[in-house]
Amino acid sequence: MNLLQRIGYYTERMLLRTGQYAAMFGKVVRRMASPPWYPRLILQQAEEVGVQSLPVVLLTALFTGMVLALQSYIVFHRFAAESMIGAVVSLSMVRELGPVLVALMVAGRVGSSFAAELGTMRVSEQIDALWTLSTDPLRYLVMPRLIAATLMLPLLVIVADFLGVMGGYAISVGMLDQNPAVYIEKSTQFMELDDMYSGIIKAVFFGLLISVIGCTEGFHCRGGAEGVGRATTSAVVIACMSILVSDYFLTAWMFG
Amino acid sequence: MSRPRISIRNLSKRFGDHVVLQDLNLDIMPGESMVVIGQSGIGKSVLIKCILGLLKPDAGEIFVDGEDWLKFSEDEQLVHMHRIGMLFQGSALFDSLPVWKNVAFALLQRGADEREARARAGEVLAWVGMPGVEEKMPVELSGGMMKRVGFARAICHKPDIIFFDEPTTGIDPIMADVINRLIRRLHREFKTTLLSITHDLTSAAKIGDTIAMLYQGRIHRQITPEQLHSDQDPVLRQFVEGHAEGPIQLQEGGEMSSKEDAQI
Ligand SMILES: Nc1ncnc2c1ncn2[C@@H]1O[C@H](COP(=O)(O)OP(=O)(O)O)[C@@H](O)[C@H]1O
Ligand SMILES: [Mg+2]
Repeated sequence: MNLLQRIGYYTERMLLRTGQYAAMFGKVVRRMASPPWYPRLILQQAEEVGVQSLPVVLLTALFTGMVLALQSYIVFHRFAAESMIGAVVSLSMVRELGPVLVALMVAGRVGSSFAAELGTMRVSEQIDALWTLSTDPLRYLVMPRLIAATLMLPLLVIVADFLGVMGGYAISVGMLDQNPAVYIEKSTQFMELDDMYSGIIKAVFFGLLISVIGCTEGFHCRGGAEGVGRATTSAVVIACMSILVSDYFLTAWMFG
Repeated sequence: MSRPRISIRNLSKRFGDHVVLQDLNLDIMPGESMVVIGQSGIGKSVLIKCILGLLKPDAGEIFVDGEDWLKFSEDEQLVHMHRIGMLFQGSALFDSLPVWKNVAFALLQRGADEREARARAGEVLAWVGMPGVEEKMPVELSGGMMKRVGFARAICHKPDIIFFDEPTTGIDPIMADVINRLIRRLHREFKTTLLSITHDLTSAAKIGDTIAMLYQGRIHRQITPEQLHSDQDPVLRQFVEGHAEGPIQLQEGGEMSSKEDAQI
């Protein structure tokens, strides 16, 4: 293939995929209007996405808060602005790092397992079997995962934000001898409601992104075990790239 | 003459430029056991999936008791699945559910009482010769046991049309005969209409009232099991006798290729 053909080929593939994701999202939303909603499956997935992701998310957030405190101390020390460490840590966590890092971790943990589970069910004809047993596979498999991921991601992000600020506190107070009261004061003083909202909105969007991509990759999977592996890889890579790209546009949009 | 239970008219299905079914016609009478035979990859599973609504045909009509099945919305199709049972080639049991929930799945989805559904699952499992496995998980079963659990799941909600996709492929000859007998018995006891697809001629002869050969996208020939070894049609002869040489050309590259989706 020459360069032009290559560009055309990849553009076409990217648009086709985006179309599949949009179609999946539309089909599931349309189904939400009427029962059955399978509340037990939603709970099961919520536990899978939310509770099971906690250790990974907590650890990530804690160390991110810690390194943020350390880095800002190194810089702020040069012009005696160490009192602002708390503000830097909390604002960066809430606005940016909380949602993005949680989303990336969940994409790796949950997006991949959505793709692998649904992909395995597709290639072993379990999805077809659901249909022949009068059960709509999109309702039974995809809808609960979409709802659970979209609801759980904001909760995870709130927990992560809190832990990040705590990590920053531990470093600046425990290691860098900063005043604890000042850290707490500065970390809340500059925080506005909009900062919170923007973080939560991002989290909701990322949850949707991860689950739609993971489920679609699995649902349309073909070609045996190899196909399942491919679907899983695609789900993680595409979700991570989409998170980072859309994060910029969401920030720009909410800033403007 | 009564009306066919299933009537397929000019059914066509292609994937890209790979034509799989082309103007296929087939009638199955109420209570008949029809077996479609043909080479691997010829489109037998595609045929069943079109009838079930799992694949959308490009053209043609499918009537069940005179009703046009392709006109139904998705929700209506799901309701019509109540009268359908299907045994998949690899059994397709749900790995996350114990055997009894697999078997009673359709009943439970329809809101049946758990205790009744469970009792019914036990009854059907005993009927297929597998009593007492209700609590096992599918991974604990052998291939032949999975087939029978899949069989139980296909008949648990008392459908009046049942499809079998390669019911004897991939299991040992003795277990295959167990499955063949179950299919015969089902047919005899409940007068269910059956459509089986297979490339196993022994099985076809045992379970079918009629054997239809799928070739080049159409039903090439229909015979009775007795005619299987005497019919003089060259295509059928080649398939029955198993010669590489003859009118049937081996398709190369007809298999689906997913390589083009390889990268992300
Ligand atoms: N979803 C699909 N997408 C593309 N090609 C398919 C699909 N399903 C089946 N095919 C192709 O259709 C042909 C018939 O397949 P199938 O009906 O499974 O054969 P068999 O007669 O062995 O059951 C095969 O060549 C297969 O590659
Ligand atoms: Mg097949």
